Amino acid sequence: MESIGVLMPIPMSPYLEQELEKRFNLLKLWTVPHKAQFIKDHATSIRAIIGNASAGADAELIDSLPKLEIVASFSVGIDKVDLKYCKEKGVRVTNTPDVLTDDVADIAIGLSLAVMRRLSESDRYVRSGLWKKGGYKLTTKFTGKIVGILGLGRIGKAVAKRAEAFSCPIAYFSRTEKPELKYKYYPTVVELASNCDVLVVACPLTEETRHIINREVIDALGPKGVLINIGRGHHVDEPELVSALLEGRLGGAGLDVYQNEPEVPEQLFGIENVVLLPHAGSDTTETCNAMADLVIRNLEAHFLNKPLLTPVV
Amino acid sequence: MEFCLQIPTRQEAKMARLQFRDANEDDVPSEELPHLLLIHPPSSFTRLPSEICEKFRVLKAWESPLSLDQFLISHARSIQALLIRGFLMINTDILQQLPALKLIITISVGVNHIDMAECRRRGISVTNAGSVYSEDVADIAVGLYIDVLRKLSAADRYVRQGLWSSKGNYPFGSKLGGKRVGIVGLGSIGLEVAKRLEAFGCIISYNSRREKPTSSYPFYSIISELAANSDALIICCALTEQTHHMINKEVFASLGRDGVIVNVGRGAIIDEKELVKCLVSGKIRGAGFDVFENEPQVPEELFTLDNVVLSPHTAIFTPESLQSVKEVLIANVEAFFLNKPLVTPVMDE
Repeated sequence: MESIGVLMPIPMSPYLEQELEKRFNLLKLWTVPHKAQFIKDHATSIRAIIGNASAGADAELIDSLPKLEIVASFSVGIDKVDLKYCKEKGVRVTNTPDVLTDDVADIAIGLSLAVMRRLSESDRYVRSGLWKKGGYKLTTKFTGKIVGILGLGRIGKAVAKRAEAFSCPIAYFSRTEKPELKYKYYPTVVELASNCDVLVVACPLTEETRHIINREVIDALGPKGVLINIGRGHHVDEPELVSALLEGRLGGAGLDVYQNEPEVPEQLFGIENVVLLPHAGSDTTETCNAMADLVIRNLEAHFLNKPLLTPVV
Repeated sequence: MEFCLQIPTRQEAKMARLQFRDANEDDVPSEELPHLLLIHPPSSFTRLPSEICEKFRVLKAWESPLSLDQFLISHARSIQALLIRGFLMINTDILQQLPALKLIITISVGVNHIDMAECRRRGISVTNAGSVYSEDVADIAVGLYIDVLRKLSAADRYVRQGLWSSKGNYPFGSKLGGKRVGIVGLGSIGLEVAKRLEAFGCIISYNSRREKPTSSYPFYSIISELAANSDALIICCALTEQTHHMINKEVFASLGRDGVIVNVGRGAIIDEKELVKCLVSGKIRGAGFDVFENEPQVPEELFTLDNVVLSPHTAIFTPESLQSVKEVLIANVEAFFLNKPLVTPVMDE
């Protein structure tokens, strides 16, 4: 398989690169000065693209690679891949579900605790020497608060399981109600936001869910509510979110994703009721290795004409 | 007579005077009410409940121009109850000056600031906060552990300095699932921590004074053995003579380079100087602290480390916990007056 060209647009994981290089002709697009020319030069050998949360495959890229057979994404979200076009062109698409579910759910709870109990802010308080001048103030209890989950898929269910260990009642909004789960269903996002203390965004990004967290939802969540976004930046109307936080209309936010990564609205840098992560939801050595292994296994299966392990298309 | 006395700040004393008044001026003549001594104002977050003011004549030592010594001498025979926070050591010296003392109410859960042996000898009952703080403390313990493993606060600092744009992604953290967590002290707080971490896929074992027959978690009687079989230690036990500096060089070595320590107990359970050395030299992966040996002093070597999370002893400070401890305080006082069993007595163990 060493002659199979696999295009990787941006760095994702040294381990993944290493494993791909063992098996394929890995073409690292970020290392070349003239990217468009590079793609033209290698168009006939590139049979696979490695995507991730920031870089996928749009129609233009797909059209420029006539030998493209598969897009293997190093992520579970595949909003950056034109799935419809892939289907039309017979290009397979795989992602990395399950292996990262725990890490992302862990971050949702970690962010909730960090925001509500002001862990990052009070750490700053200690490091700046302010503790010597006086104690830190009261913070908001997390145990027992109502956790609302937007999207009760693998990650949403994992968040619910963890929150339940903190005696948090669980409420949710999903495309369809899941009566087998004993959680409180709300038929609209606004109703969910009105009836929970912490709202966790855990659904895929699609045309329907773009800006699903808008001003109405933010206002419903309210001055004591906390938004946790572990989905995609475009789930949230970001300027609305920023103004709500600055004006105190929203109690707090824990964010792992943003509209235009790695840019983060600078107005958030000076406020204490947010915790800002650099899209680190699945950034553990263990999980990234497991994700990489899954990408490799999907590619190997494809090129050996075996069934894909985690196909999306 | 030597004891460590924390003088309330002028701010605290002023706030306390503004906050509460003796409610008993119009009721029973205050001379007939039993005397409750407060050496310091109640926490700046809470007022003394009116139920307390109705049942006691409250003596406020900090308001008196007398030194504490002299104040105790002048009221010695009348003080039946003492309400304390946790700053002052209630040792034999103070207890000797309070011959009528029958009840000590501490609003902390720890009783390391009280000479419990002397109280037992004198038949003085001691009540603490019971388990009202356990959820909040467990939340902080779990929050600190996730923060250390997943580098939440360090990454937040990174983003706020604009480094995500200029330097790229933040280094990887480590997964919680599958981590072997050793709980040191499986009391009310330890059990709440265990319950939470199990939901993250952590594997729980523990060390405690005695094995708990009701618990199915593996028990290690020797702390360094617990450490050798754990990826993290979460310190949830009381500070006593036995647990002082119990988490020491030997334990750090047994825990190993990938180990994490979280302390929500008392600073002095850990040999802090030794832990700082291990953190600086990479002999331990990281640590989360809500408590320190000499608060509010924090070893400054920690300020430049990204593998530690520092919390200024905030674990119990939520409105819910403070409300609950007020209710426990009132319930204990009422029980005391009705000669009924106290609600949260600190038991002999």
